[in-house]
This record gives sequence, structure tokens and C-alpha cells, in this order.
Amino acid sequence: MKTIGKLASLAALTISALMWGAAASAEDRPTAITIATEGAYAPWNFTGPDGKPAGFEIDLANDLCARMKVTCTIVLQDWDGLIPALNVGKFDVIMASMFITDKRLEIINFSRPYAIDPSTFAVAKTSALAKAGMDGEYDLNDEAAAAPVIEKMKPLVKGLAVGVQAATTNQQFLKKYFDGVIDIREYKTTEQHDLDLAAGRVDALFAQSTALAATLGKPEYSAYTLAGPKFIKGVFGRGTGAGMRKKDTTLLAMFNEAIGSAIADGTVKRLSLKWLKADVTPPQ
Amino acid sequence: MDIAFLADVFRRLLSGLPLTLKLAGTSVALGLLIALALATTLQGGRPLFVWLIRGFVAAFRGTPLLAQIFLIYYGLGQFRPFLQDIGLWSFFREPFWCAILALTLNTSAYGTEIIRGGLQSVPLGQIEAARACGMSPWLVYRRITLPIALRQALPSYGNEIILMIKGTSLTSIVTLTEVTGIAEQIISQTYRAIEVFACASAIYLALNFIVTRLIGWLERRLSPHLRTAPNLMPSSSPRGASA
Repeated sequence: MKTIGKLASLAALTISALMWGAAASAEDRPTAITIATEGAYAPWNFTGPDGKPAGFEIDLANDLCARMKVTCTIVLQDWDGLIPALNVGKFDVIMASMFITDKRLEIINFSRPYAIDPSTFAVAKTSALAKAGMDGEYDLNDEAAAAPVIEKMKPLVKGLAVGVQAATTNQQFLKKYFDGVIDIREYKTTEQHDLDLAAGRVDALFAQSTALAATLGKPEYSAYTLAGPKFIKGVFGRGTGAGMRKKDTTLLAMFNEAIGSAIADGTVKRLSLKWLKADVTPPQ
Repeated sequence: MDIAFLADVFRRLLSGLPLTLKLAGTSVALGLLIALALATTLQGGRPLFVWLIRGFVAAFRGTPLLAQIFLIYYGLGQFRPFLQDIGLWSFFREPFWCAILALTLNTSAYGTEIIRGGLQSVPLGQIEAARACGMSPWLVYRRITLPIALRQALPSYGNEIILMIKGTSLTSIVTLTEVTGIAEQIISQTYRAIEVFACASAIYLALNFIVTRLIGWLERRLSPHLRTAPNLMPSSSPRGASA
């Protein structure tokens, strides 16, 4: 009996030690993290001429890491592999202009939003949509306001070939509201649909307004303009956040705090004006 | 195992199968014709043609298919005004035709080499025998050289067809939603990469299994002389035994 008792207490000790160990490592603040970005979504994140990642999110990531007192490594990962790679542990955080949506929240966690940027169309200046002069910003959760606007847009974009990045909320928006009205062409990266707009294979693009504005700033797109109303919420979720694994709750709290302070002291605004030429700061 | 999910994935992936088959079928058929023409020209031995064809084969065998698709689609897209001037833009505007062009050129480069090997493996004695029968060079080529060469080349050509079927999966980069393109769409909605790619792979596996069997059947049909002779001696029939 004595031996059994000893064994039992030893087992209990081992188990509690294991649990303590686990609990302690979850509480530990990480000192080094790896942040993944797509590197193909200028000016949010892109690969600079020197081959290094650059852009709004790169600067913001470095700023947040300094606030959290952790060392950061920024790596590049194709858009469609970001979430699977995060969940198998290839890196710890996604900062790739990823919108916080319910669907994604089932798989990963998101920090509080660090940007809110509406999505819209880019079309030829001579197109029906550009001439209609529609504007304004619409909340897709507010059906009563958004639905009539979308109905009004449909005849204006009917039959257009519209380029959009695959696996994005922008693609889901087109599928949900414009399926059958327009010809949706899906691209792996926005750089590719930009090329095809210049080549004339697509008539329009649908993406975040800041990214489109940056594209249209180049000389070969002088015949194109942003047009139509801008859309937020609904399929676009709650803005752009940093994605993390569900279990990394300490890291999540660190990011939320750091983003909060970066919004409060105007860093997000400064970086956003520098890179995106617009203020995408979410409400505090 | 989520059977309902897998069944749904299969159903959606199969909707991309017609496009996969169209891409593979068209490019393999056109590629075979080009390869036949090029391999035959190579046999002719005119230096200018030989060097041009060798250059073409080296370029298309030596570079990745992905890069070829990308260059033909996005690369040529930069030369839109020129292509419009010569009336080719309506062809290059369409991702489908760009993909067909890239796949066809790629497979014809490999096919040229395969058929060249087949042509060179035709025993000289058979050609001499045909000439001795008074056949013209064209008739020798049509009745003797080419059939033997194609039969010899068939196993390697089967390989190439399978590679092309799998090669169509790269065309999702130019916005074509064939089986792999659809798989990527489903993954983007569900984030379940492993199950979806497993289903897509199963479709390619089944497709290539059928192709392998067809080529195996054709090979048997074309080489009766290589089969072991059937045993004509009946063993159990008493009447046969007595005869």
C-alpha cells in the first residue's frame, strides 16, 4: 500500500508539474515573434526594390514590437496560405491587411482592428459607373441603406469583367452582391489584377480603396478612376486586425494593448497618411 | 472524417473537370501534331530547321511551365497595342487561349524529343526492305517508319500526357477555375486545405489511372508480335488430345 501511495503521489506531482509548466509557458510573455505578411499588397505590405518587405503594415509591426518589447522577424507568405501556415505554427502573427470576419474568427483570433479601409471599384473614367457620380460610404449591416445602392449600381456595372483577389472578403462581396451581373475574374495577388487592368483584360477592379488609389496613381492607369460608393462591415467584418492562433491569448492581449496605444498617440494615423495617403485609423 | 463535407467538395471540384479535360485534351492533341511535324523535319536534317527546332525544344524543356504560362499571359499582356495592331489581341486577351498556347508549346517540345527517339529507333532493315519493295520515301514513312516509331514512343508519350493533365493545374494562376482553381477557392472559404487537396488529388489520380489503362490497352493492341504465343494445345478435351 505504501508503494502504491508513493507512486500515486509521485504521479500527482508529475501531473501538477506538467500543468504548472504549461500554465507558466502560456503566461510567459514571448520575447521574440515572427510576423507574416503577404508582401504583394502595396502600399499596405509589399516587397521593396531591395527585396525587403515594406509598407504601412511593416512600419506598424515594427512600431508595435517596440512597444511590446519583443524582437520581430517579418516573413513573407502567399495570401492563400497565411491562415493554414499560422495554425501549423510557421509563424505567430499575420499582419497582411486581413479583415476580421466571423468566418476567420472560427479558425483564428484577431487583435482589435488597427485600420478600417472601405472597399470600392476602379473603372475607366468613361464607364457608366464613373459617370453616374455615385459616392458615399455604406455599412453593409445596414440593409435598408446599402441594398438600394447596390441595386442602383447593378445596371451600371452589368457585363463588366471585374478583377479581384481570390480568397478575400472583396471576392466574397462580389460573389454575394454581383454574382451573375458581372464577370468575376479571380487573381492570386492584386499585382496580377493590376497588370490585367493595364492590359485591358478586365474592365474594372474591386479592392480596398487605399490600395486601388495607390495603383491608379501610376501613369499607365491614367484612364481609370475610383468610382461608386464605398462599402464597409457586413462581409468585410470589423476592419483590419492582426491574426493569431486561438491559444496565444497572452500575445493577443499584448497586441491589443500596443495597438490601443499606437492609435492613442497618433502613430497609426501618421503611418497611414505616410503610406496610404488617407487616415484609416479605427475609432478608439 | 466529415463525409458530407467531402461529398460536397467532390461535387464542386468535379464542376471544374470539363475545363481540365478541355485544357489537357486540346493541348495534347495540338502538341502531338506539332511534335510530329517538328520531329519529322528534324529527320530531314536541314541545318537551319534543325537548329531552330533544337532552340525551341531547349527553351521550352528548360524553363518551368509555370513561368511559360505567366510570361505568355501577363508578359504578352504588356504588348497590347502591338498585338492589337496585328489582330492577335482577341486571342491573347482570353486566359483560356493563353493557357492552351503555353501548354501546347510545352508539350510539343517534349513530344518532339520523344518522337525523335521513336523515329531513330526504327530498325534500318525494315526501311531497306520497304524501299526494296519499291515504296516511295513518303510511303515508307507513312506505312513503315511512322507506325513503328509511334509504337516505340507510346510509353514515354503516355508519361507526357499524364504530365500535361497535371500541368493544367498551373493554369489557375491565369484565373482559370479548373479543378485546382476550384480547390483553392474552397480552401479560401473553409481553410481546410488537407481534405480539399486530398479530394482534388483523388480526381487527378482517377483521371490519370484511366489514361494509363487506355495507353496500356493501345500498347497491347499495337504490339501483338511482342506477346507470348497463346497456347493452342487444348489440355482437357479428350477429342483434341486424340487428334
